[in-house]
Amino acid sequence: MSEPLLSVAGLKTIFNTRNGLLHAVDDVTFSLDRGEILGLVGESGSGKSVTGFSLLGLIEQPGEIAGGSIRFDGQELVGASINTLRSIRGKRIAMIFQDPAMTLNPVLTIRQQMKLAFDAHAGQQQSDFTKRAIEVLTKVGIPDPAARLDAYPHQFSGGMRQRVAIAIALLHSPDIIIADEPTTALDVSIQAQILAEMRSLAQETGTALIWISHDLATIAALAHRIAVMYAGRIVEQGTTSALIRAPRHPYTQGLLNSRPDRFPPKAKLPQIRGAMPSLSNLPQGCAFAPRCQFASDLCRSKIPPWSGTPQDGFACYHPLERAP
Amino acid sequence: MAAFIVQRIVQGIVVMAAMSLLVFLGVYAIGNPIDVLLAPDATQEIRAQTIARYGLDRPLYEQYGQFVWRVLHGDLGRSFVFNMPVTTLIFQRLPATLELTLAAVLGATLIGVPLGIYAGYRPQSRTARWIMGISVIGFSVPTFWIGLVLILTFAVTLGWLPAGGRGETASLFGIQWSFLTGNGLKHLLLPALNLSLFKLALMIRLARAGTREIMLTDTVRFARATGQSEATIIRHHVLRLISIPLVTVFGLELGSTLAFAVVTETIFSWPGVGKLIIDSIQSLDRPVMVAYLVLVSLLFIAINFLVDLCYVALDPRMQKS
Ligand SMILES: Nc1ncnc2c1ncn2[C@@H]1O[C@H](COP(=O)(O)OP(=O)(O)OP(=O)(O)O)[C@@H](O)[C@H]1O
Ligand code: SF4
Ligand SMILES: [Mg+2]
Repeated sequence: MSEPLLSVAGLKTIFNTRNGLLHAVDDVTFSLDRGEILGLVGESGSGKSVTGFSLLGLIEQPGEIAGGSIRFDGQELVGASINTLRSIRGKRIAMIFQDPAMTLNPVLTIRQQMKLAFDAHAGQQQSDFTKRAIEVLTKVGIPDPAARLDAYPHQFSGGMRQRVAIAIALLHSPDIIIADEPTTALDVSIQAQILAEMRSLAQETGTALIWISHDLATIAALAHRIAVMYAGRIVEQGTTSALIRAPRHPYTQGLLNSRPDRFPPKAKLPQIRGAMPSLSNLPQGCAFAPRCQFASDLCRSKIPPWSGTPQDGFACYHPLERAP
Repeated sequence: MAAFIVQRIVQGIVVMAAMSLLVFLGVYAIGNPIDVLLAPDATQEIRAQTIARYGLDRPLYEQYGQFVWRVLHGDLGRSFVFNMPVTTLIFQRLPATLELTLAAVLGATLIGVPLGIYAGYRPQSRTARWIMGISVIGFSVPTFWIGLVLILTFAVTLGWLPAGGRGETASLFGIQWSFLTGNGLKHLLLPALNLSLFKLALMIRLARAGTREIMLTDTVRFARATGQSEATIIRHHVLRLISIPLVTVFGLELGSTLAFAVVTETIFSWPGVGKLIIDSIQSLDRPVMVAYLVLVSLLFIAINFLVDLCYVALDPRMQKS
């Protein structure tokens, strides 16, 4: 088997805050093949965005990557120089964010912003810019792209703005796009549209996706594989079908149970009781123990080790039985 | 756009009308100029004549009406004290104030904004702490005191720079300017420095606060994620985004300094309008006071208008309305 496009091992990202050291990402391991779609799911604050930022070296003070390895196409990114990182950002690994109203610069035209992103990478033919810009805008479904190039972000709807951000991400035909909840801020119907478009775009261009969301239903509809995060750690990982059909970790089971499509419209959703503990105040042992109905003394004393292969497994002392 | 301009002009006229009335009433409240105009031993007859000549015996509304009528014809009256047209008097002094103010405000902006951006970009660095130290001093030490220290240091002790006056001037567009000669420039340096310290502090604060805020936004994060360099991000994103509040403060400072550079002009014997207005208040020279205040209002309205035009140019979200 050849080496995966991206392999992350034991990644640890910490924030040195007034409340002490926060392990926002702790011992995270996963890998991604060319053209693959990996879903990263978890509650708010579980460390999904920090994982994404870490891949691009976009962690700023008071945070830092404190350990682990990120190998991308044969190159180590942890500890790489800023120039190496910059040559990868946007060119080989692109990222889009949750709220397109916040990511695009309100005082620059779409052309100006795309030009800055285009010029960030040398070796581009300047004369090609407009052609390429129109090409990617067309690809993401912006009508009349040549005229819209000179519009400002506020002249687009939310969904169109996110499409512009996606177009910017596509400018250099990256190998990977990290999509950090890019549809959360949009209307439900637009969400579905963009989701479908992203899937076919990824297929068509061979781009791999890391799709971040707190919504397992969205992810299940899109991803080949899913990693579930809880309090900075990946607690379960596997192919979408296996993970949905037979979750092993109680937290994954809880997320599945709160999926609205599993229950009749009027039924009350069974929520996972309690809330995720704050990172500055994690319990000893398994961070999910206070909310877990299977928690034992063992769970509360030592962090559960990973069982299975790095690509396919879980971290739990008392996993759910595999369905027969 | 045309509607916007017309609207601003109408607004300006209304404001000017209100201002002129307020100024007129206000100035009338501060004493009788007859005592200044005449020698104490003037006869009753001369007194009555003078009062009639200046129209001081007419009812207030009539005096105001006449004043407005004359102003609309470009006549702001004659100074009681200098016995010459007020406009001539003010425009003789204006270039001195104009160049002093521009030197101070432009200098403060061109130096303060880069320093502020640096301090906002690297808030923890030692340099940033020094920069903020300078801004604290600029804010808290009174202008007159800094002026005296500057004179004592650079004029008296070191003897490097002159302590007062405009020095040699040269003519441009028929107006005399100090900044065109080496000697004039030397004279300009200390008062401009004195006047600019507070503004420098202000610009540093403003640029720093804006930069810090913008560096934390997703706009900057997204720009970084596309591989743009830090220099590009500062030049194209941060500077563009902080320029909107900066332009506002620039306009306000320009206007208020043009109108009220009094302290610095007094300390450095700079023959500008600030000194003129103080003198005219002391000698109850009403036409000078009224004309000066009306011109200052006009100036503020004009500067505000220019600032609004800059907004529209800088912030595309304003262009719709
Ligand atoms: N700049 C920062 N300074 C201090 N702590 C931070 C910072 N950024 C993130 N964290 C910590 O990292 C944790 C994980 O944050 P992250 O943004 O990755 O969560 P998330 O899973 O993306 O949540 P959401 O769904 O709300 O986006 C946060 O709870 C916070 O404690
Ligand atoms: S390790 Fe224990 S507490 Fe944690 S999820 Fe598994 S059973 Fe629950
Ligand atoms: Mg997030």
